[in-house]
Amino acid sequence: MKCNRLVDSGRRQFLRGGILGVAGAAAAVALPAGQAQAQVQARAMVDYPSSKLANLADLVVDVPMDIGYPDADSPGILLKLGTRVEGGAGPDGDVVAYSVLCPHKGFYMSYHAPDKTLNCPGHFSRFDCEKGGQQVWGHATQNLPQFALRVDDKDDIYAEGADELIYGRLSNVLQG
Amino acid sequence: MAYKRNIDRLPIIPADAKVQNVTCHYCIVGCGYKAYTWPLKKQGTTDSNWAGTDLSQQQGAETDAWYAPSMYNVVKQNGADVHLVIKPDVDCAVNGGLGSIRGARMAENRRSDVNGTQQQRLTEPMVWRYGTWQPTSWDDALDLVARVTARVIDKDKEDDLFVSMFDHGGSAGGYENTWGTGKLYFESMKVKHCRIHNRPAYNSEVHSTRDMGVDELNYAYEDYQLTDTIFLIGANPIETQTNLFLNHMVKGMQNGARVVVVDPRRTVSVDACEQVAGADNVLHLQINSGTDLSLFNALFTEIVAKGWIDADFIRGSTIDGDVAVAEDGAHPSALGSFEAAKAACHLSLDEAAEICGVAAADIAKAAAWIAEPKDGARRKCVTAYEKGIIWGNDNYRTIGALVNIALATGNIGREGGGVCRLGGHQEGYYRPSDAHVGRPAPYIDQLIIAGQGKVHHIWANDHYKTTLNAAEFKRVYNRRSNMVKEAMDARAGATREELIDAIVGAINAGGLFVVDVDIIHSQIGQAAHVILPAVESGEMNLTSMNGERRLRLVEKYMDGPGDSKPDCLIAAGIAQHLERVLREEGRTEYADQFKGYDWANEEDAFMDGYNKGNPEVTYDRLRAMGNNGVQEPVTGFADGKLVGTKRLYTDGRFTRHGREDGKALFCLGGWRGLQAPGKAQQKANHRFLINNGRANMNWQNWFLDQKNEFVMDRFPVPFIQINPEDMAELGLKPGDMVEVFNDVGATQALVYPERTARRNETFMIFGAPAGTQGNVVNAGTNELILPNYKQTWGNIRKISDAIPAAARVSYKSWEVEL
Repeated sequence: MKCNRLVDSGRRQFLRGGILGVAGAAAAVALPAGQAQAQVQARAMVDYPSSKLANLADLVVDVPMDIGYPDADSPGILLKLGTRVEGGAGPDGDVVAYSVLCPHKGFYMSYHAPDKTLNCPGHFSRFDCEKGGQQVWGHATQNLPQFALRVDDKDDIYAEGADELIYGRLSNVLQG
Repeated sequence: MAYKRNIDRLPIIPADAKVQNVTCHYCIVGCGYKAYTWPLKKQGTTDSNWAGTDLSQQQGAETDAWYAPSMYNVVKQNGADVHLVIKPDVDCAVNGGLGSIRGARMAENRRSDVNGTQQQRLTEPMVWRYGTWQPTSWDDALDLVARVTARVIDKDKEDDLFVSMFDHGGSAGGYENTWGTGKLYFESMKVKHCRIHNRPAYNSEVHSTRDMGVDELNYAYEDYQLTDTIFLIGANPIETQTNLFLNHMVKGMQNGARVVVVDPRRTVSVDACEQVAGADNVLHLQINSGTDLSLFNALFTEIVAKGWIDADFIRGSTIDGDVAVAEDGAHPSALGSFEAAKAACHLSLDEAAEICGVAAADIAKAAAWIAEPKDGARRKCVTAYEKGIIWGNDNYRTIGALVNIALATGNIGREGGGVCRLGGHQEGYYRPSDAHVGRPAPYIDQLIIAGQGKVHHIWANDHYKTTLNAAEFKRVYNRRSNMVKEAMDARAGATREELIDAIVGAINAGGLFVVDVDIIHSQIGQAAHVILPAVESGEMNLTSMNGERRLRLVEKYMDGPGDSKPDCLIAAGIAQHLERVLREEGRTEYADQFKGYDWANEEDAFMDGYNKGNPEVTYDRLRAMGNNGVQEPVTGFADGKLVGTKRLYTDGRFTRHGREDGKALFCLGGWRGLQAPGKAQQKANHRFLINNGRANMNWQNWFLDQKNEFVMDRFPVPFIQINPEDMAELGLKPGDMVEVFNDVGATQALVYPERTARRNETFMIFGAPAGTQGNVVNAGTNELILPNYKQTWGNIRKISDAIPAAARVSYKSWEVEL
């Protein structure tokens, strides 16, 4: 594979926890406010943190914002699609958030705005951001983890859960 | 919304979990996996676990310390519920830790009484009683099978017994099970009316390469990494041999290999090659469907004209003279010397360009990429082909013409070379001789349509999904099997003897008594009168070899569902019951033919069959060889290891045809248009090519995936890819349901726009549980009864707006955008 199509070294560093060094200038990185609580309680379901990601005013259509959810070591994007989709948040029903680690082998995926897909440089899987992260074609055995969003009356956007296991962790909220 | 499992957390494999070797049983590549099992009430922790890794931290890309929910289940092992994780083996040379979208769902596609997965698996024998199928014991079911079968066969008179039986490895195949069925039908009996799971006769898919002396699996996968050129024909390896592509072909391209692809369709493999090698290093010859033979003959002609041949190899390893094997009913082309082939196969670039629809300059460029010496030495070229030509026009001559190129350039038996089929299932064939079947082999499905056959034993075949002329076959088969059902219903409450008489009466009136051995209640199984539940790989110990002849043992890691059994033991049961019934009837001499099946388990069947021909190979030794196994043929045992063969024909002696001189033959087959009956006419009378093949997600495992939500969410019904401009002309929207129809039948599919599809050329999924593509494939085969599924033409009309399930589906392009 050509080097420029592989995960660049900075983004690899992201996976090791170096998020502050690589997140783009526009990124609003959410910190996991609820994580400490989750770690001390053993309950049947994972307790997800409610993490403020951004304000609706920060979003530009088709320009994904880097986020970390449920914690800084789990990279994702927050995205305003510009058209209403099932499962979309906000007044226009078009705001979505996804993990960007490919569920096949954990490569960091990039967003392709013309057809609103996330694409993996490792083995060419791709996921549809307008269809709940459905794998359009690829090797992953699950669709892309999507983060549940809530928008409050101040237009602040919070992530509050995930619907598939995130690559690289056997508990979506890290424990132990 | 897309289907989501909503699993936030998985049980952690403890450090002391039991570990079992698993070779994925779906496709021929045979990726290595490890099956971890452990008691239900135990679990590992983030700091004490199988991986010895701190799992409280996020793991990086390509980690071995993660598994997806699809790799997990709860299954029965020795009667107890256990956790099961089946994850890719990073130490396996085949896949290096990669999992495909199929194999990495092995665990999820196991029957689980706890999680409710694969409840469709059969659990006990069933017989047709009181108007439906009723569960019963093995003895009761096998007694009925034996008594009815015994009424239609006798010593040397077995032509009324029709048998459809898989011949492959992996899945529920493998050396144990092909031996079990092979011993029953080819040793105890000499059944002539038989066929294989995906075609209507008992025949090789690659007769010509074998007749030329070249076994179709002659290389090692590492040859893709060592080569200068990868030559792919009618193959789509990123979808159908995924980790061969990702772990070997990609590395070859990264090492500088160029790629020539021959396919009427722009597949995702073409796109992936361009991503890896750069578009300048990928040459896609997008030929007219079915014209491969003319292309290969032109390539051969050009290579010879340029002098890019290996004269020493031709002199030393191929025959002199002229014609060695004449064209006849068993040989759709003559075979002979290089010089004879030069004359017989001569076709100019311009002539081929006219036939194929690709530019003469591109054919010349392909010839150079394949054969022009590099730095004064042989250009290494590895050639790989599959169903595009195996199930395409003029199979015998087309494959022969391709092997001609490899022989002329000395690219067999050498590093970076090989001319091989890519394969479907793994291989696992060990049977007594099938010579009595004859060549050409009987066209079973047409014989059944014509009213022949009285009893039909089916082993994991589903003609309803995987035959040609399927619409007519199903009509006739339903009618004939229903005659027997009605006769049985009319005698409800009768004694066994009265029931047998009623069945035989219906058979003699044109009915068909059907025994179906399978892991699920298949479509053809709906016609069955006796259904026998089998297990598959992992539910039994099973040996198979992959596309580089890598032999491995899958260790049994879970119980089969209910009372299901390995096919080899079911075959043994049929033999034992036949022996008993025949002896009761006083047919002692015939009964004696059914002795020798006292196998307690599958290992006994392995020792009775494969081991007798390969005495070095035992379960213990294979277990010790792990997921890297040994490449066949096995030549010995030394230093505690089985000794294998990395690639065939390194000595330049070719033996597959049985010639004692060890010389390969060339194929002397000229181009003769669309060869199979009815194809040219069908093309002339219909607008659309109905090309067909497989999809990454569910090929080789659709029978399980029809009950897998992840898959059915993506493809709720089988699709047909159509050019958007054709869609506009037909008034079609994405997701609409269309009917595909022609002179032989009709089927339906969901419209999927595909911008790379050429106008008037569509692509459908082969072997779908719903929307059988075979309904529109005519009965035409080549002279050796090889089906011609690929060359099919039809018309298309809309029959319905998108069904609700189709609204969830993404209709975006499959080609990655980086």
